[in-house]
Formats: sequence, structure tokens, C-alpha cells
Amino acid sequence: MTQDNLATELPNFPMTRTCPFSPPEQYAKLRESEPLSQAVLKVTGKPAWLVTTHEHVKTVLGDSRVSSNLKLPGYPHQFHIPEEMLREVRLMLLSMDPPEHTAQRRYLIPEFTARRMRALRPRIQEIVDARIDAMLAAGGPVDLVSALSLAVPSLVICELLGVPYEDHPQFEEWSALMMNHDISPEEYGAAVVGLDMYLDKLITAKETEPGDDLISRFIEKNREEPIADHTDIVTMARLMLVGGHETTANMISLGVLGLLEHPEQLDAIKADPDLLPGAVEELLRFFSISDSGTARVALADIEIDGTVIKAGEGILPLNNSANHDESVFPDADTLDIRREEARSHLAFGYGIHQCIGQNLARIELEIVYGTLFRRIPGLKLAVPMSELKFKDEALVYGVHELPVTW
Amino acid sequence: MRVSVDPDRCVSAGQCVMLAPDVFDQDEDGIVTLLQEEPPAELHAVVRQTASLCPVRLIQITE
Ligand code: SF4
Repeated sequence: MTQDNLATELPNFPMTRTCPFSPPEQYAKLRESEPLSQAVLKVTGKPAWLVTTHEHVKTVLGDSRVSSNLKLPGYPHQFHIPEEMLREVRLMLLSMDPPEHTAQRRYLIPEFTARRMRALRPRIQEIVDARIDAMLAAGGPVDLVSALSLAVPSLVICELLGVPYEDHPQFEEWSALMMNHDISPEEYGAAVVGLDMYLDKLITAKETEPGDDLISRFIEKNREEPIADHTDIVTMARLMLVGGHETTANMISLGVLGLLEHPEQLDAIKADPDLLPGAVEELLRFFSISDSGTARVALADIEIDGTVIKAGEGILPLNNSANHDESVFPDADTLDIRREEARSHLAFGYGIHQCIGQNLARIELEIVYGTLFRRIPGLKLAVPMSELKFKDEALVYGVHELPVTW
Repeated sequence: MRVSVDPDRCVSAGQCVMLAPDVFDQDEDGIVTLLQEEPPAELHAVVRQTASLCPVRLIQITE
């Protein structure tokens, strides 16, 4: 196949959802007929492999012959990064390979242990309660996205990182821009530079006057055993800050919407809060808000079930497709908070890059869903579902506004 | 059932500790440690599930 006729013969990626609650329709067909197939990336016009079954996604993400390095030529970029920026950009944890990845991850993981996450519960509960107090005081209708969904993870990640929350309107804007498929390379560049300059100042201050926070502890460890320079630390902080709020925020809104649209299941949760952890897993599976965090490039020829992905070719293991694979999740397009196998979802990725903040996200979601419906049992949409605007253009799926009342 | 782990490969996703806190723990550095090598029968199902969820498949089970 030549470059010229690629565009006419291969489908485009990303594919858009036709139903806001279901993955793009093409995923199911691909899983059936061609679980490893090629598509053309809308943004770059270049081809990449789509991996669509649960088993194959696990296989690819567990294979040490794939790289996350976004500077490699075949890497399947899904948004415009200016050429010169790509050359100069520092790799962040997400785009590093071992051994750099292993070293940086090792510095960060003590911050995210299950025990540490559990210890954060009371503080997260306080944050959620305060936001709901404010909602109740203001009276409905309110936009849940700004009143709760964005505020909670943003406050939590700011405290964890030691970033002043007062600055949140600015970095939330940068963060939203960076998650958008549709912006120009210049806009993307400006958002990254803006956030980096902000973090650069903050980190310089912490280098002389450390606080009791993740960034300060990273600086401290790095002083004893250097693995990163100042710019690497800025990049690390950017990943943590952006990764820490945009994703969870979208999951909060979509999860609330999903439960409101399934009143029988919502009632079950209200009656028995023990169902909450399972519901969180099912909502993560059902919405699978990011297909893009797992892009890879093959370092060697990799044969999977008779198909050969050649060295240098881009691969997109689609966790949204894997999470709707009927062979693992029967009746996959149905939201079922009692689904036993829900935990096998790949919404946090798989392999060495599996989301480092996953247990923080789980706890935030559990507390938010539980508290919101306990304290405002009459919560309902303030507009018809058909009026909601979904983030079809974004790297992380969500809803722009979620007007609710009670 | 006997459980073993290979801590050198642990990426500390903590799936194991969240799911089966009676069998798995994490040390100060976030690396998996084993609390019970031979968990009681009522935990077998959850340990099996944990092994399949570990993103680097480092939890080995022999039955
Ligand atoms: S699930 Fe696997 S990688 Fe994660 S902490 Fe447990 S043993 Fe380590």
C-alpha cells in the first residue's frame, strides 16, 4: 500500500461516538473482523495500528518491545505538537521507557501507596462536603462541572503537589487546552509554555524553601541521587497536575450522569453504599474516558496472532474498545454496577505505565458519588439529556457542562 | 494455594493491596510485600483475581 492511497482505504482515527454512552460503533466491528487493523490519524495523516480486543490490548501493553517515547518517528501523535517543540521537549514519565521510567516512577510511587491514599480519605471527604455545602447554599440549578467535578480533584492534587489552589483558574485553562484534539500547534505550545513557566517559578521556590509536599520530596530525593534536572522536574510536575485533575473531573461528571440515567442502580447505591466501589469500577469501564494515553511505537517486529506490526510502526491500544469486549464483559454496552468482572477493565492502562494515580482517583470518585447522592438525594438534570454537549474533540472524554438541580 | 511475588518488577499500581489487603501490602517505597504465602481458602478467589489484574503479572500462584 502506498502513502497516497492510504487515506482512501483506511478509516480515520479518532472515530467519534454516536451515542454519548457508548464507544464509537466501529470498535465492535473491528473486534469482530479485524482485531488488529490500521487507520489513518486525522491529525497527522499517518497510519497507525488499532488494537481493539481486551486480550490484545493487554498483550501489547505488557510487551517490552513497545516504546512510549513520543520522539520516535513512528509514534502515533494525536494532536499537533510543533516540530521544534517535539525536538526539544522533555520526556515525561508517561513517555519514558525503562530505565529512565523505572527510576522516576520509583521516586513517585511512595507518594501513591494504597495506605497513603487511604489516609487521604478524611481530607477528601472534607473537601467534597465543603463543595456540596456551597452548592446547597447557592441553590440549584448549578453546573456540576465547575461546582464539584473540577474543584474536587483540583483541590486534592494541588494539596498533594504543594501548588497554590488560588491559581487554579489559570492552570485549569492550560490543562483543558492540552487535552483538546482540535487546537492549533501554536495554541498547544502556548499552553505548555505557560504552565511550564508557572511551575518553573514554583519549583525554584521549593528548591530553596521545601514544603511538605510531593514536589519538595521529589527534589529532596533527587538531590541525594540525581536522576532529573530542574526542567525534568517541571515536566514531572506538569504531568502530575494535568493528569490529576482533568481525568478525574470528567469521570465525576460522567459518572453522576450515568447514575442519574440509571435510576434503579442509583437507588440501589443509595440503599447500600457497599455497592459503591463496584460501581466506581463499572463506571470507569463503561465510560473509558481516554483512549489516547496508551499510544506506543514498536521497537521490533511484533507478531500477534499472525499479524506483524513492524518495527517503527505506531500502535494505539484502545482501552475503550477493550473495556467493551463482549468476551470479557457480557452485554458490555449496558451499565451494570453489580457486574462482577468490572475490575478487569483497562481504563487505567496496563503494564509498566499503568496509571500511578489510580487509587487516588478511585477514592475521589467513591467519596464524591457517595456523598453527593446521600446529601442531595433529589439531584436531577436541569436540562434534557439531549442538550448536553460532550467532549467529542478531546483526548479525554467528558461533558462540557452538567446543569443539575434538586 | 501458594502465592509468590517478584518485587523487582513491581510497578506499584497497588491493585493487589486495594483488593486483597490481607494477603498483599506495600513497603515504604511502594513495592509489593507478601503477608501470607498460603492464604486461607476463602481468599483464593480474590487472590486469583488479583494475580490477573496485576499490570505486570508478577503474582504467581501454584495450587
Ligand atoms: S498489583 Fe502488581 S505491580 Fe501493582 S503493587 Fe501489586 S504486585 Fe506491584
